[in-house]
Amino acid sequence: MTTEHEPVLDIRGLSVDYGIGDGATHAVSGVDLLLRRGEVLGLAGESGSGKSTLAYAVTRLLRAPGVITGGEAWFHVPTEGGGETKVDLLAADAGQLRKVRWSEIAVVFQSAMHALNPVMTIGAQLTDVLKAHRPEMSRDARRERAAELLRMVGITSDRLTSHPHELSGGMRQRVMIGMALALEPRVVIMDEPTTALDVVTQREILEELIDLRDRLGFAVLFITHDLSLLIELADSIAVMYAGRLVERAPAAALFRAPRHPYTRGLLDSFPSLHGPRVTLTGIAGSPPDLRDVPTGCAFHPRCAHAMDRCHEDRPALLELGLADGPSRAAACWLQDGTQAPPAQLALPEPMGSVSS
Amino acid sequence: MLHLLRRIAFYVVTAWAAITVNFFIPHLMPGDPVQSLIARQQGKLTPAAIQALNVQFGLANHQSLWSQYLHYWGQLFSGDLGLSTSFYPATVENVLSAALPWTVALVGAATVISFVIGTLIGTVVAWRRGSWLDSILPISTFFQAVPYFFFALIVLILLGNDLGWFPISGGMDQGLIPGLDWATVSSVLDHAFLPGITIVVSSIAGWILAMRNMMMTTMDEDYVLVAQAKGLPSRRVIGYAARNAVLPSVSSFSLSLSFVVSGALLTEIVFSYPGIGFQLLQAVQSEDFPLLQGIFLVITFAVLAANLLADVVYAALDPRTRQEA
Amino acid sequence: MSSSRRVRLPRSPKILIGLFLLLLFIVLAIIGPWIAPDDPSATTADLLSGPSADHWLGTTQAGQDVFSQLLVGARSTVFIGFLAGAIATVLSIVIGVTAGYVGGLVDDLLSMLTNIFLVIPALPLLIVLAAYLPRGASASPLVVALIVSVTGWAWGARVLRAQTLSMRRRDYVDSARIIGERRLRIISFEILPNLTAIVASSFLFTVLYAIGTFVALAFLGVVDVSHWSWGVMLFWAESANAPQVNAWWWFFPPGIAIALLGTSLALVNFGIDEFINPRLRAAGLSRKAAKRAGVPRRVRLGLTPVISGGKR
Repeated sequence: MTTEHEPVLDIRGLSVDYGIGDGATHAVSGVDLLLRRGEVLGLAGESGSGKSTLAYAVTRLLRAPGVITGGEAWFHVPTEGGGETKVDLLAADAGQLRKVRWSEIAVVFQSAMHALNPVMTIGAQLTDVLKAHRPEMSRDARRERAAELLRMVGITSDRLTSHPHELSGGMRQRVMIGMALALEPRVVIMDEPTTALDVVTQREILEELIDLRDRLGFAVLFITHDLSLLIELADSIAVMYAGRLVERAPAAALFRAPRHPYTRGLLDSFPSLHGPRVTLTGIAGSPPDLRDVPTGCAFHPRCAHAMDRCHEDRPALLELGLADGPSRAAACWLQDGTQAPPAQLALPEPMGSVSS
Repeated sequence: MLHLLRRIAFYVVTAWAAITVNFFIPHLMPGDPVQSLIARQQGKLTPAAIQALNVQFGLANHQSLWSQYLHYWGQLFSGDLGLSTSFYPATVENVLSAALPWTVALVGAATVISFVIGTLIGTVVAWRRGSWLDSILPISTFFQAVPYFFFALIVLILLGNDLGWFPISGGMDQGLIPGLDWATVSSVLDHAFLPGITIVVSSIAGWILAMRNMMMTTMDEDYVLVAQAKGLPSRRVIGYAARNAVLPSVSSFSLSLSFVVSGALLTEIVFSYPGIGFQLLQAVQSEDFPLLQGIFLVITFAVLAANLLADVVYAALDPRTRQEA
Repeated sequence: MSSSRRVRLPRSPKILIGLFLLLLFIVLAIIGPWIAPDDPSATTADLLSGPSADHWLGTTQAGQDVFSQLLVGARSTVFIGFLAGAIATVLSIVIGVTAGYVGGLVDDLLSMLTNIFLVIPALPLLIVLAAYLPRGASASPLVVALIVSVTGWAWGARVLRAQTLSMRRRDYVDSARIIGERRLRIISFEILPNLTAIVASSFLFTVLYAIGTFVALAFLGVVDVSHWSWGVMLFWAESANAPQVNAWWWFFPPGIAIALLGTSLALVNFGIDEFINPRLRAAGLSRKAAKRAGVPRRVRLGLTPVISGGKR
């Protein structure tokens, strides 16, 4: 069984809007997420599902016109004496945020080309966090640490004096990852870090990521629209649709035995290298405009198993985990126990759900 | 490096164009340029002066237009800008070499001050968008719409005449022997203050607006958000954004120089400042064409030199130019 | 094809003020000479006197009525400014769009030409040009407008070229090219309509520049000073040493008029700027709603606001 580590990022009922008042768009509605120490939590969904919005809102980095309209976000940080304390991220002021930012919670942005300052050297962009958060470090110590970070992600230290435009796409992304780890944070949020890269480089970076995670033990919130990336990487996965959480489960359980029709659809959308030849089905229709979400379950117009009830009532996130097993949940009326769910949504839980 | 060489080549071409235009304008107008000069001066020119003009314009030997053109180039290379008809027998270089340093010092200092302060204000206005600072924009826009010389007149009357805080004409106190001492320096600064402040206030709006707009665009970039995410102090975050946002201002510095120079010339006239502007008025009023053309060339070359300087600064600030992609 | 944009009436007060002032001046330019109380050139015995019942803005050194000069001069100033602006804008469209669209050697040459005219200081060049004009030629408004526009087109050409370059790569232009539409058609129907806002902004800016330049040339006495315009008024005022004798009523009105006209152009330009570049507008939260919800007026970067009680 999975040893359950203590929580490090505890999000409860988070709601985020774009705009205020009647015209506001509800980008995220009532999402609960729990990230544990050293765990990799994958956050999957199509564009517009609210996954990135969620991540940026939690760290208070969401740009205008985004506003957080409800919920809580607790971040567990170590204290001087070796204990732990909870930081209320949503109530924190600029000073408190500045203290935890990067030193305890770091972000890897999607496009490294745009996330790196074009007029500064790589070295300067690696050492500026050291200067800000570790004032006791000498200049040489900083430089040495920067070189060490580059080595860690597989880049030679002569690149310290290069500028971003002199590096390849893959190298830039590696720099971003190295930069994020500079202060050995507890949590690294990765927003589609490999989307802009070719598949080969994608693979390399993911493997390096797994390796680094094993060595340094930080927790990762990995945001992606490509479920296939999470197979080896994630310990547990949360799937979002139209701003809400629709399924949450340990990774193996989600892949082998999904409970929500949307998850099933996502899984059916990418081919596996092994196994019999299958006709690929996508999911009919397209994600809803967040200003005009369908009533009841937001997914029902695209769902092959939609019932009348789905049109009227929105299903809550139902706890489906077995008594002695890990927690899992899905927001679907098919799973409420009043009827037998279709076969593909009732596959048996995988044995011994121990992730790699 | 390549970038700089390209710019130098451009300036060489521009200089050539300016010189050629300068040469051709008198010849474009109907009639013989010297004749029209004579007609305008209505008999005030002595025969010696007329002969000198003929030689200068290359008309003495009835050369073809092309050889007149070459002759003109020859003169320029030997530093001969011709004879001034209103200050005859003084040459144009004589007249201008006394005036040029005053103008360069005044305009140079005022422009740099305006650029620096304007850029700083623009940065702050953009960073604190939504605060009272936004009202700076329409105010400075109004000042920019005021013609330089009109503003100069107001300043002259208010601060010079009425309040008597600053002298209203000249570059230095009369009768003061110039030397490297405080008396000279303070006198010069005293006289330069009013024209200087006129130029600064009139031109600052452009810099403020340009920097503010560019900062707002830059602040939308991811790397600024990253700087915030890194928990860097606000000062640094602003600095990261500003270092990128200032680049277009530097590159447009050269373009706005043309405006600033024009305005500065007029300001000098209002304050009777002993610079090129003053000579310009003199040349126009006495229809001293060689002097007029000489002024045009001198100003053009000064502006080109300033542009080159701005390009060097730009190359230093933006590492992307140092490498041809 | 160009998207149909909902024409949103400008809400910002500064833009409305700008529009109002601009219209006021245009009206003044048209009816000015008709409503002027006196002939601006008529001399009276009432020399250099301040504002009075007879002469609302006082008289000049020759006893002429300043108010009439102001009204009559409006027409010339506004007309030549707009005419020069129009000529320069047409030039800038032709040169800028051609350079941007055709590319290659044509672009290189036209860009070089544009840059030369941008760098060469305008006023000295124009003075030289105007000074060599045959006497009396500068009495014609068209000639003056032409001279002023010689240097006014370069800025707009540069901006339009940059815009055309970025549009050229857009999909709808590519598809038009593939279908085989003739170049002129593509330029006229696909590219130009989308440049409208920028052309409008460039036009206003050029008019502002043209007015400033025209006034400067008149002030220096380079253009014919027998035709009344605000710049000419300033020329005569300066020659008579009006500032030194504190005859403020003589040179203040034309100067303020020029400044207000220029400001109105700049304000309207502000509006167009914000229209083109939505980032310059308020960040999407209307001020009243924001205040009610408790969001601070100044939304700081990296400090996403948290409000309670959103609609769920």
